[in-house]
Amino acid sequence: MPPEDLVIARPEGLYCPPGDFYIDPWRPVDRAVITHAHSDHARVGHGHYLAHDDSAGTLRARLGDIALQTLPYGEAVVDRGVRLSLHPAGHVLGSAQVRLEHEGRVWVASGDYKTEPDGTCTPFEPVPCDTFITESTFGLPIYRWPTQAALFSEIDDWWRANAAQGRASVLLCYAFGKAQRILHGVDAGIGPIVVHGAVEPLNAVYRAAGVALPPTLRATDPGVDAALLKRALVLAPPSAAGTPWMRRFGQYSDAFASGWMQLRGTRRRRGVDRGFVMSDHADWEGLQQAIAGTGAERVFVTHGSVAVMVRWLRECGLDAREFRTEYGDEDMEGEGPTPGADGTTSGP
Amino acid sequence: MKQFAALYRELDASTSNLVKQAALQRYLRSAAPADAAWAVYFLAGGRPRQLVPTKLLRLLAQQAAGLPEWLFDESYEAVGDLAETLALLLPPPTEAHDLGLAAWLEQHLLPLRGMPPEQLAEALRAQWRQLASEERLVYFKLITGAFRVGVSRLQVTQVLAAIGGLDPKRVAQRLMGYTHIAGRPGAADFAALIAPESSGEQDRQASGQPYPFFLAHPFALPLDQFDAVLGPPSQWLVEWKWDGIRAQLVRRAGQVCLWSRGEELVTDRFPELAEMGGTLPDGTVLDGEIVVWHRDSTSQPGEGRVQPFAELQKRIGRKTLTPKLLREIPVVLLAYDLLEWEGRDLRALPQQERRELLDALVATAQHPSLIASPVLHGESWQELARQRESARAMGVEGMMLKQRHAAYGVGRTKDVGLWWKWKIDPLSVDAVLVYAQRGHGRRASLYSDYTFAVWDAPPEVEERKLVPFAKAYSGLSDAEMARVDAIVRRTTMESFGPVRSVTPTLVFELGFEGIARSTRHKSGIAVRFPRMLRWREDKPVEEADTLQTLGALLPS
Repeated sequence: MPPEDLVIARPEGLYCPPGDFYIDPWRPVDRAVITHAHSDHARVGHGHYLAHDDSAGTLRARLGDIALQTLPYGEAVVDRGVRLSLHPAGHVLGSAQVRLEHEGRVWVASGDYKTEPDGTCTPFEPVPCDTFITESTFGLPIYRWPTQAALFSEIDDWWRANAAQGRASVLLCYAFGKAQRILHGVDAGIGPIVVHGAVEPLNAVYRAAGVALPPTLRATDPGVDAALLKRALVLAPPSAAGTPWMRRFGQYSDAFASGWMQLRGTRRRRGVDRGFVMSDHADWEGLQQAIAGTGAERVFVTHGSVAVMVRWLRECGLDAREFRTEYGDEDMEGEGPTPGADGTTSGP
Repeated sequence: MKQFAALYRELDASTSNLVKQAALQRYLRSAAPADAAWAVYFLAGGRPRQLVPTKLLRLLAQQAAGLPEWLFDESYEAVGDLAETLALLLPPPTEAHDLGLAAWLEQHLLPLRGMPPEQLAEALRAQWRQLASEERLVYFKLITGAFRVGVSRLQVTQVLAAIGGLDPKRVAQRLMGYTHIAGRPGAADFAALIAPESSGEQDRQASGQPYPFFLAHPFALPLDQFDAVLGPPSQWLVEWKWDGIRAQLVRRAGQVCLWSRGEELVTDRFPELAEMGGTLPDGTVLDGEIVVWHRDSTSQPGEGRVQPFAELQKRIGRKTLTPKLLREIPVVLLAYDLLEWEGRDLRALPQQERRELLDALVATAQHPSLIASPVLHGESWQELARQRESARAMGVEGMMLKQRHAAYGVGRTKDVGLWWKWKIDPLSVDAVLVYAQRGHGRRASLYSDYTFAVWDAPPEVEERKLVPFAKAYSGLSDAEMARVDAIVRRTTMESFGPVRSVTPTLVFELGFEGIARSTRHKSGIAVRFPRMLRWREDKPVEEADTLQTLGALLPS
């Protein structure tokens, strides 16, 4: 008889029976291991939280005074015979894969991950395991990301051209992770950088963790006037689009940074001047490399192109299955559909 | 090619007309004339005959990308555009090239047509090895022909006019026929588009080309505002708005050409009109509507009754026109404007004068296939509105209002004259959404195309069923569509390829212009121009309409 699975899907979330804890549960539970602080993975109302050291700041900022234990990457805790350690996922600051070892079996739950290093968080490390639980947000071969260098030269060119024409460059991006990645990667010599009120507290967390970010201004800071804004790069969350906050920028050019911008359809639906293909998730190649890199023979696929990935991995000879989860994608929050992500899909 | 690909990206990236026009101008001024000639061809709506069978193109790309067919199909479904899917899936190039747009078309693309499959496959693979990633989308757009990048023919016309320092109407004239399917524009053709106006420009008319069509704008104000906005009806020429094919009949140099509004030459489809055109004097151009027209043995010349558009479709769809078909579905040209007479361009004359000349011409011609679209009279707008109530019974879409003193304009311009279409309200029923399909382009990956059904029996009948009867894509706001999309995903019962059947929960008021019996539809009914008028969130599915309600709308 095969031993019981180390992680199973329960209505509350992914559950580890021998360890009696959940990973990124979406309903309140007693013990929750949190892979990263994005809101669909780190929810309110759990009894105890365990996360990476670098997630402490963002978790407390969002969830208040929670019972939180933190770990550095690679350090293990053993509880009820389950040896648990966190390993870099390269998604955002503090994001971790969860490695579980019990009676000789090793499972790894990826959370969200990105394989290309970006300089703002510890790069993804493949963790050898028997069973790998992978996300599949961009699990279609149409998703192939440009290199960091190509991406930032595009963003810099756009900003420079706008500055030369005397108009602000408003770049809409998720406030946690993406915004800091942009700050870290752009050529700050082009002009001043102004950030939305939702972005600055997260900048502080990154700076405190030792991530180099250029100086940033708030729109209300002294000295931030019309002349300065005409040359500025403005980072704001997507929810700021169309709000009165944007009026101060006058005739600006707008852009959106997301992996979904790979498709003309989503780009045009956004109605922005430019779409930059920039994601905190792995692209198709990244997913394949990450899965292969673990050496796992069993793979569970969560949120995203689940049916496609399961079928593809099976055709590649792996034992692939689906885990139903309620994770979303931070770029599409408040949107109707998530292309490719489909609640109704199921394994063949 | 690189320069053209950059232009395409720039046009695609911007939502601003000014930015697009500026980009287009920069490109056309700086590109080699031969490249510019082809750029205008594609941007103004031209598309060559199919270069590569789509199935083969998909198969080869799928092989080149090393993907199984199902994964290719999944990708295509998510992208919603074949050219874009192909561009995204091919592996990165291994070689480079330095050819311009014209060279690509003439040396690489146009020769693909009709190549034997193996040679074709080899040629395509060689091309794919050379194309940079950023050139691929535009390359596949050239092959698949769906070249929509948010630039209208009017914009291209305006840009060319700006470059040549010309009147845009002159450019529109020169562009007629430029985008013909067999067109092979070269440097000289581009030069001719932007050349200074010549005194002999009118001579080009000998070629059988039509004039740019003048298009009407919708008019939907309440009746009590008509006098204030339009003035008295006496200033307007009022006609029925026919539901047929808008066409120009060009009779020049012993030839007859019949052009549809889409600039398609349709002379062969309508031999009776070609014959009629042959009886007119050289140097005549008529504007009017092709309709199916029935008359009985007692009809006087000019009398008869227009038939539903569905009848006309039977003529259009047929490959060969048998004598039986011509007898059973006869067409006429309902002429309403005279654009050229005795070789003279009349477009600058007032509508009223053109109409008088037209009436004289029709009276002289005395041909059963040429009827002057009747002029309607009314002392007041109220009286005309009463006449308009009979539009549905007449089988027309409403009325046309044309300024009597105005010239014949170009396209949707309003500077020299104005035509209004004053359409009757659409027919409507409340129908249930039963199938949904993902859209294309801007709506790619959204479930935006729906099939609607009505009940086959009234509520008191047990076990009644929903019968699909129409598809509709338009009428919802983006926000509504996103909500419907989410509901479709939640309520899916089954998926068949790109189509999903859903648990019936959504009711929409569906509007349409016409309704006819049909043996090709399961419901036995075909509707014309169906679209969603509004989402009836207040209405439960059980209260949607029935086949009986639809049947009552059928013309007697």
